[in-house]
Amino acid sequence: MHDWPCATPDAPLGPASNARHRPRHSRLLRGLVVCAAVVVASCRQVGVLDPQGPIAAQELLLLINSTAIMLVVVVPVVLATLAFAWWYRSSNLRASRSSDESYEGRLEFVLWSIPALIVILLGGVIWIGSHQLDPRAPIPANANPLRVDVVALDWKWLFIYPDQGIATVNQLVVPAGTPVKFRLTSATVMNSFFIPQLGSQIYTMGGMTTHLNLLADKPGEYPGFSANFSGDGFAEMRFIAKAVSAGDFNAWVTQVRAAGSALDDAGYAALAKPSIAVPPGTYRSVEPNMFERVIDQTVSGSEKAGAGAAWCPPVQQAGG
Amino acid sequence: MLGRLTWAAIPLDQPLPLYAMGVVVLGILAVLAIVTVKGWWPYLWREWLTSVDHKRIGVMYFALGLVMLLRGYSDAIMMRSQQAIAVGDAQGYLPPDHYDQIFSAHGTIMIFFVAMPLVIGLMNFAVPLQLGVRDVAFPVLNSVSFWLTASGALLINVSLVIGSFARTGWMGYPPLSELAFSPDEGVDYYLWSLQISGIGTLLTGVNFVTTILKLRAPGMTYFRMPVFCWTALAANLLIVAAFPILTATFVMLLLDRYLGMHFFTNNAGGNQMMYVNLFWAWGHPEVYILILPVFGVFSEVVATFSGKGLFSYRSMVLATLGICILSFMVWLHHFFTMGAGADVNAFFGIMSSIIAVPTGVKVFNWLFTMFRGRIVFKTPMLFAIGFIITFVIGGLTGVLLAVPPVDFVLHNSVFLVAHFHNVIIGGVVFGVLAGYNYWFPKAFGFTLDERFGKASFWCWLIGFYLAFMPLYVLGLHGMTRRLQHISDPSWQPLLLVAELGAVVIFLGILCQAAQLYVSIRTREQRLDLTGDPWNGRTLEWSTSSPPPAYNFAVLPRVETIDAFWEIKRRGLTPVEPVYEPIEMPRNSPTGFIIAFFAVVTGFALIWFIWWIVILGLLAAAVTVLVSGWSDTREHEISATELARLEQARLGLGRPA
Amino acid sequence: MTIATIDTVPTAVPTELARGRGGGGPAPKRIVVAYGFWIFILSDIVMFSGMFAAYAVLSGNTARGPTGRELFDLRNVFIETMCLLFSSYTCGLGALSAERRQSGRFLIFAALTFVLGAAFLVIECSEFAGMVGKGAGPSRSGFLSSFFTLVGTHGVHVTGGLLWLIYLVAQVVAKGLRAAVLRRLLCWSLFWHALDIVWVGVFTLVYLMGDFR
Repeated sequence: MHDWPCATPDAPLGPASNARHRPRHSRLLRGLVVCAAVVVASCRQVGVLDPQGPIAAQELLLLINSTAIMLVVVVPVVLATLAFAWWYRSSNLRASRSSDESYEGRLEFVLWSIPALIVILLGGVIWIGSHQLDPRAPIPANANPLRVDVVALDWKWLFIYPDQGIATVNQLVVPAGTPVKFRLTSATVMNSFFIPQLGSQIYTMGGMTTHLNLLADKPGEYPGFSANFSGDGFAEMRFIAKAVSAGDFNAWVTQVRAAGSALDDAGYAALAKPSIAVPPGTYRSVEPNMFERVIDQTVSGSEKAGAGAAWCPPVQQAGG
Repeated sequence: MLGRLTWAAIPLDQPLPLYAMGVVVLGILAVLAIVTVKGWWPYLWREWLTSVDHKRIGVMYFALGLVMLLRGYSDAIMMRSQQAIAVGDAQGYLPPDHYDQIFSAHGTIMIFFVAMPLVIGLMNFAVPLQLGVRDVAFPVLNSVSFWLTASGALLINVSLVIGSFARTGWMGYPPLSELAFSPDEGVDYYLWSLQISGIGTLLTGVNFVTTILKLRAPGMTYFRMPVFCWTALAANLLIVAAFPILTATFVMLLLDRYLGMHFFTNNAGGNQMMYVNLFWAWGHPEVYILILPVFGVFSEVVATFSGKGLFSYRSMVLATLGICILSFMVWLHHFFTMGAGADVNAFFGIMSSIIAVPTGVKVFNWLFTMFRGRIVFKTPMLFAIGFIITFVIGGLTGVLLAVPPVDFVLHNSVFLVAHFHNVIIGGVVFGVLAGYNYWFPKAFGFTLDERFGKASFWCWLIGFYLAFMPLYVLGLHGMTRRLQHISDPSWQPLLLVAELGAVVIFLGILCQAAQLYVSIRTREQRLDLTGDPWNGRTLEWSTSSPPPAYNFAVLPRVETIDAFWEIKRRGLTPVEPVYEPIEMPRNSPTGFIIAFFAVVTGFALIWFIWWIVILGLLAAAVTVLVSGWSDTREHEISATELARLEQARLGLGRPA
Repeated sequence: MTIATIDTVPTAVPTELARGRGGGGPAPKRIVVAYGFWIFILSDIVMFSGMFAAYAVLSGNTARGPTGRELFDLRNVFIETMCLLFSSYTCGLGALSAERRQSGRFLIFAALTFVLGAAFLVIECSEFAGMVGKGAGPSRSGFLSSFFTLVGTHGVHVTGGLLWLIYLVAQVVAKGLRAAVLRRLLCWSLFWHALDIVWVGVFTLVYLMGDFR
């Protein structure tokens, strides 16, 4: 009925595949060299791969460990796929063949156990890691934590230092070695506060407070940005987190108090207007409970917090 | 009179969308003109537009998916290009306003109007044939489902031409998607297109669950069904259970936007976190809706092209159902960074890892199917091998992201983007292309060209790795997603590699187009005369290529798994069949007409043209009422007529 | 050459296959239609559960506006609940009459069902109108948005059910209680009873428990 003794005697398969071998080898080699170069170039230690604080360091360790655990299964699977595909190709006369499968309970048990064991191990890692690296958990350290309140605006970051009574825009200066206790909110849409080299990100949401604890080990400048798309100015919603020595930090606070404008209601209203790529700035004083007031305003305000020329007013619906 | 629709909605002052619009409109007009001039309208109307035949509907779904792939891909190459050049001081060619619409449209189109139609198309075509029955449970509803999906696709494409699309990303998180921050029509286009096509998808789910559970050939018990039918069942159960959540969520967002309610607003008691939860309670099952049928395709392909039955059918079924259930218990892993606390995060992280167990078992089962098989490297098998390797890597990064502290540094970065493209391209795209090459001869009577098929495979494979491996690295370097402008110049080399990858993928798409063109031109040399070009194992290969409208003149009697393989093994000789009259559904214009009014109503809702909304809804209701009145939805083919058709088709009934 | 046709003699399926393990061949049309419609109802219940979830989350978000306790009139809720429950009873009686091909009795019970359902809607609409009149409309707070949407969606379903009933009654009058019409009546009854079940959830979660807050 069907002439299918073994392989499909497709003409193109034979000669064409041979013909591809020779040029394929040198192309493959060239491709591998390029890939290796790219991989080496990518192994630069930046961002997540360059932790500068204990949170980031532990998270990177978790990443590497989890990857290694899974590679134990993934690498053999990939190799086995290639090996089986090659060895059991229909033109290989040396390969042993079997007809239809028979149900083998013991093999089944092993096949289910392998991923199950890996997952049990990972489960433990997940439970312990999630609790140890909970953003709300304070970081044990010698110094007293510094409190910073973060407000995400369109499209810049406002940092309020409630204990120092100052505020900054798009720059976060903290003393190195001191844990920083963040309270975060958004005056507009959902954003995500993220400094890769210092560790975890956390969403900032209107009318709500999220919490984060980070610590910078040593002085340096660490880029930060929003990691949740928030509109036209999103790509420029970047800031620099600058860790300085404790003495430098106090000097900086004094310097900020000496110049610049006050973040009062009028100042905040001006700041809240939509703007993109705002250069770093400072405010020498802040209304008390500014953070709570921002939350209140977001929750109880009219539809828009921070009206500006960038939008049309909401369209009045008929039958609304 | 026309709501908020004005001439300003047409982007006459923006060259890029204008040219794109011009090309698309001209293309559509050209197609319509050709069809009219050649007098193809009666044929199209009779054989395709009003067809309720699952095979035709499956082909139309697949064609819709392929056409929308071109649109989704154009968005992708525009994004890659913008990111490759807008580095440092350069601003690129797409201002944020456009870039934001493009990435939102890319995601929406690829998930809802490429991946879903391609997968549903394969299920439509193959499931009734594999079950040994004549059609799905509700053929007219099937047609309605397809046309509603096409309506949603049309509406989204209209947003390119009239007005603008959402600028919120494909997930549409509030408050950004609320009126306060997205006052224009963009989010409304998004919501209404998806609501309309969502109804279609839900009806498909109901249809296929009923078909698979209640309509199978005699003797086909649950554990004799082909694995593709099991995965189709699991996927459709997920559709039935998950899509209504999306419907409810979008209803709430629409009520916020249209009637000033406060489900998700910042003020007056709205809760944006609830949207995120509800969206992903749908969203995670959705990705399993996409991948499970593809797992089924690969089970069929690997078994057929290894010449060996699938290893451990029982285990595969258990794994499929396990994935189906577990997919509802993991949704929070999409927002670990929202601050739910360690206990909640850890629970969902662990559940997400547990899903890797049945998935891993499936991979092992495929490998053991290949073990000691006799592997033939046709295009579908190449895709299967590429899939196993690529998907496993994607699964690794997925489980990595399931560890909450790791997710805290990788969430929303391009590492995440690389992960989901890894599993969607390596999984869903490879799977539908494998299924396309595998079932094409059954649908059209001739095989596809192998050389172009293999070329498209290599282009997709290499293109995928070039385009997305750099994104893994960039994510680790700190690059977040959806950036219209890149501030760090050191990222540019890898972005250029990614751009190259996107170009290679385009070559893959071109190869597919060439494959189709060449295959049609040279089809006489590749006719499938036996109906069984691959030495298949399941019942669809027992019919002719293409099958008659009624699939099987007499329903097959099934006694084992891989029913057709068993028949071949036993070497049954054809017996003169005893024909009985059969009932076949009539064609119906209901689907097409409802879809027309759905488009009109949807457009009017978006632009606040209330009188058209009312008229459109009334017209759709009248269509339903008229269609629902008739009792004669089927026509009977008498036994003698059936015998005559079969003789003409097969030469049966004559002495051997 | 001919295709390998399958053994085509339609022998009876052994009972061990037909029962329980699904080997009995395609099910009869009545079962297929009812089963499919039941799956659809389950999907509708999933949609309602999304709205229930939203209500549960937002029920405390009154934004310093009116609360449920201030707004709900439990007496009216009781009356409308009784209307709906009785309409399910008359619907059941109507279904029995239809099965016995007694069109006259069926039409009576259908009319009773319609009247009871319409009474439910009238009471619900007046409740909504009263709340809106007091400034407690759906755009006042998250709580009210979720209340109006959950209860309103149920009301929309009831409205749809009543319109559908009129349509089916027209079919019965025009065509009699033939098989196709009976199948549609079966679907309608499933729908109506499901709405009743959803309403039990609504008045428990919204009205009875709302009184606790």
